Amino acid sequence: MASAGTAVTALLRRLPGRRGAIGGRRVRLHHRRIFVLPSRAGMVYALLLLGIWLGAVNYNNNLAFLLCFLLIGLGISTKIHTFRNLLGVELEMDDAPAVFAGDQTSFPLRLINPGERERIGLEVIHAAGDRHTVDIPPRGTTEIRITVPTRTRGSLDAGEILIRSRFPTGLVTAWSRVNPDAATLVYPRPEPVAPSPPATTGGRRSGVFLREGDDDFQGLRRYQPGDSLRKMAWRIVARGQEPQVKQFASVTTGSVWLRWGDTAGLATEQRLARLCRWVLEAEAAGQQFGLGLPGRRIQPGRGPAHRNRCLAELARFSP
Amino acid sequence: MSSAGTFLPHRTLLGLLLTIGAVAAPHALHLPLWLTALVFACGLWRYMAGYQAWRLPPRWILIPLTLLCATGVALTYGTIAGRDAGVALLTLLVGLKLLEMRSRRDTVVVLFLGYFLVVTQFLFSESLFTAGWMLLMVWAMTALLITVTRPTDGKLSGAHCSLAAGMVLQALPVMLLLFVLFPRIPGPLWGMPESDARGVTGLSNEMTPGAISELSQSDAVAFRVEFDGDPPAASARYWRGPVLPYYDGTTWRRSQSPRSPPPVLETMDGAIDYVVTLEPHNEDWILALDLPVEVNLSARVGGDYDLRRDDPVRERLRYRARSHTNYRLDPGHGADEQAMYLHLPDGAHPRARELARGWRSEADTPRELMERALRHFREEEFVYTLQPPRLRDDPVDEFLFETRRGFCENFAGSFAVLMRAAGVPARVVTGYQGGEINPTGNYLIVRQSDAHAWVEVWRRDEGWLRVDPTAWVAPERIELGLADSIPESDVLPTLSRRDPGLMRHLALRWDAVNAYWDRWVLAYGPDLQRQFMKRVGIDNLSGMLTVLAVGLALVIAVVAAILLWQRPPRQTDPALNLWHELVRRLGRAGLPPNPGEGPRDYVHRVMTQRPDLAPRLRTAIGAYLRLRYGRQAQAADRDALQAAVRHLRP
Repeated sequence: MASAGTAVTALLRRLPGRRGAIGGRRVRLHHRRIFVLPSRAGMVYALLLLGIWLGAVNYNNNLAFLLCFLLIGLGISTKIHTFRNLLGVELEMDDAPAVFAGDQTSFPLRLINPGERERIGLEVIHAAGDRHTVDIPPRGTTEIRITVPTRTRGSLDAGEILIRSRFPTGLVTAWSRVNPDAATLVYPRPEPVAPSPPATTGGRRSGVFLREGDDDFQGLRRYQPGDSLRKMAWRIVARGQEPQVKQFASVTTGSVWLRWGDTAGLATEQRLARLCRWVLEAEAAGQQFGLGLPGRRIQPGRGPAHRNRCLAELARFSP
Repeated sequence: MSSAGTFLPHRTLLGLLLTIGAVAAPHALHLPLWLTALVFACGLWRYMAGYQAWRLPPRWILIPLTLLCATGVALTYGTIAGRDAGVALLTLLVGLKLLEMRSRRDTVVVLFLGYFLVVTQFLFSESLFTAGWMLLMVWAMTALLITVTRPTDGKLSGAHCSLAAGMVLQALPVMLLLFVLFPRIPGPLWGMPESDARGVTGLSNEMTPGAISELSQSDAVAFRVEFDGDPPAASARYWRGPVLPYYDGTTWRRSQSPRSPPPVLETMDGAIDYVVTLEPHNEDWILALDLPVEVNLSARVGGDYDLRRDDPVRERLRYRARSHTNYRLDPGHGADEQAMYLHLPDGAHPRARELARGWRSEADTPRELMERALRHFREEEFVYTLQPPRLRDDPVDEFLFETRRGFCENFAGSFAVLMRAAGVPARVVTGYQGGEINPTGNYLIVRQSDAHAWVEVWRRDEGWLRVDPTAWVAPERIELGLADSIPESDVLPTLSRRDPGLMRHLALRWDAVNAYWDRWVLAYGPDLQRQFMKRVGIDNLSGMLTVLAVGLALVIAVVAAILLWQRPPRQTDPALNLWHELVRRLGRAGLPPNPGEGPRDYVHRVMTQRPDLAPRLRTAIGAYLRLRYGRQAQAADRDALQAAVRHLRP
């Protein structure tokens, strides 16, 4: 698979049309985006025609000339048909689900045929080596999933896709490159085994976390669109000053803080890996947890959405 | 081996093998039987490999087998070069490659070899049938190529066949343009092997007894002639071929070195203009009506006034010629040449010489001598027959005095010997006599069975005179042709016979079609291309190439426009069509939708107005909304909507 992958990558580099890969979430293969060249079988076919032509000249054989010219015509017709097989096909790609670094993710790709003719034998080849061969029924859609391996954390673009067709006859290759506007987030790979997060003892306000809540008045901050009007500090508004909203805090117990500082002594990526493991374990344990990164804090919370928010923060972290 | 069957579904394999079989089948006529059987066996084995999972032979068997078969070809033909051996090798290769067909790529190789095999058939036949067969084979092989190179489904389907047909049709205009306008180079490029000349029937450059009667068994066309005016009478249609002055006692031969300057020819009135389409015969002479004065072709006039080309006629030739039937040829040639035309080998034909000496003592002039000879042939009851008895030792004496049954070469040869023995210069002329007018197309067909031999004798001041002893014995041969002049029991090929009938009528029609094919398609070569271009006003190569390029661009643009033009999207959603039908029916009943009323509101309003329609309408609106706005279209919904609309009777 690895060798096939590199071969495909090499092929992608070699073929023209690389710079012009088209982007966008839904992409239509326009005629200017489709390239057409004879395939290897097509080259052999051209040699065959040359041989027939030489024979025709040598024997002054007009039927051989006719056959030679008929086959040339067939080659030209093949070129148009192969081009037509790709023309107008639309590709639509969604974001892939987030995964941990080192896992594979898969981007859902819909191939849409807006025409009345079946599209046959389209090869969809991803730069990383995944390939599919599909037909698309008339006015229909074929959905495939492009599997992409991940290596490092962070945001990952779907990457370039080569869509290629040799149908009919295999003598001509038509291809186009698309760079769909889809991406995924790669979380850091959790450390396989990690020490437990240090119990939040000895610290300030041990065991007590401040969480935004409705209980105690904490202070004022500037109004932002979307803030509840019930929290509006009307008295300040009435004074004609800049609108402010009241902030309340509630005191919670039983939460842990997963802090960057607690992983000191490790390299950055390893620190993230450990924090990732802690996030997963805390969530698995059903515990409330907050994440403290340099310059970023995520208040304690619980549940998949909170977990994913924390993991996303780790994925995007830049020291 | 499992690999044999997986990539080729049964139907595809069967189609492939049948197509390759059809491509190779015409070759079976001239291939050795063992080779045909072997290739057939290969095909059968490959079929069983796909169908019954037989094993394919491994490579260590295939390679020695290939070498063995190639040796077999070399032994059969004595060479591996040349047309026949080459075709045998190619056929063999295709057969053996079938046994090595383990992947899609191998299959493509087999199909490419198949295209080549089609070409080789043209070396044997260029008929209209062959052209049709070619189109059919190209279509079938293209359909198979589409099938085996399609990555998603390897089944040979009707869709693939019709796609292939469309592609072949789109290729035809390109083919025609290239055929007419692609510059033709005069061949051959590397020369043709000698063996290619085999199998072509025609006159020979020598005449031994029996040679021409053998030719009369062939109804192959020798050449066709279109006359500008009325064709001359049958008795004047002597088509001059090789002239044979050398005689060694059994065989008459041509002179090797052409005499120069050519003999003096004085023509009198009555020129005849015509165009000959000559079938290739692999010899260097061309035929013309006795006696040609002009030919629009590079040809030399030989010492005996026969027309020769520098190279053998390997392709169909088409030329315009003018002839005079009234002429005086070489009336004053010198005594040194007389010796050649009087030569008889010592001791040959003693009885004939004796007879001629007797005539010479009775007659003074060559004319009287000829009349004496004529009387002899008439009085001695000679018989003109296709199947003369075998002449063992002295072909002339035995024919003249014992058997008295012979074909034109016996009459011509013996008469020339008698004239030479009597001191009159004489030579044998071979060619064709007569021919048949095809009323369909109004041209003359001359077949191999019209081959003939006659004699020319020389008289001072009159030159060479044509004398045809066959005409004395069997005047019908000259007036009516061969079929009416030989005994009933003699066998002739179908088309050389003259019996009226439907078959013969159809055969003549078919010959006319073929004549057009030969004239306008097969004869189209460098010469005709130049003439044609001149006529349409293109007089140089670059002009022709420009027209070709522009023409090709136009043709391709038209084909591409037809293929790529996308119709504006029509209203093809069946659900929407059914909905419109429903609205129409309700509208006719006085319940049209209000402006701006959506389908749901509209139907609900109608249901309150007409409760009797409610069940059908409820079904219809539910199905319609699901079809139009649901995630997946369901066939059941479409059926329900259709039924509801059909049965709605407001």
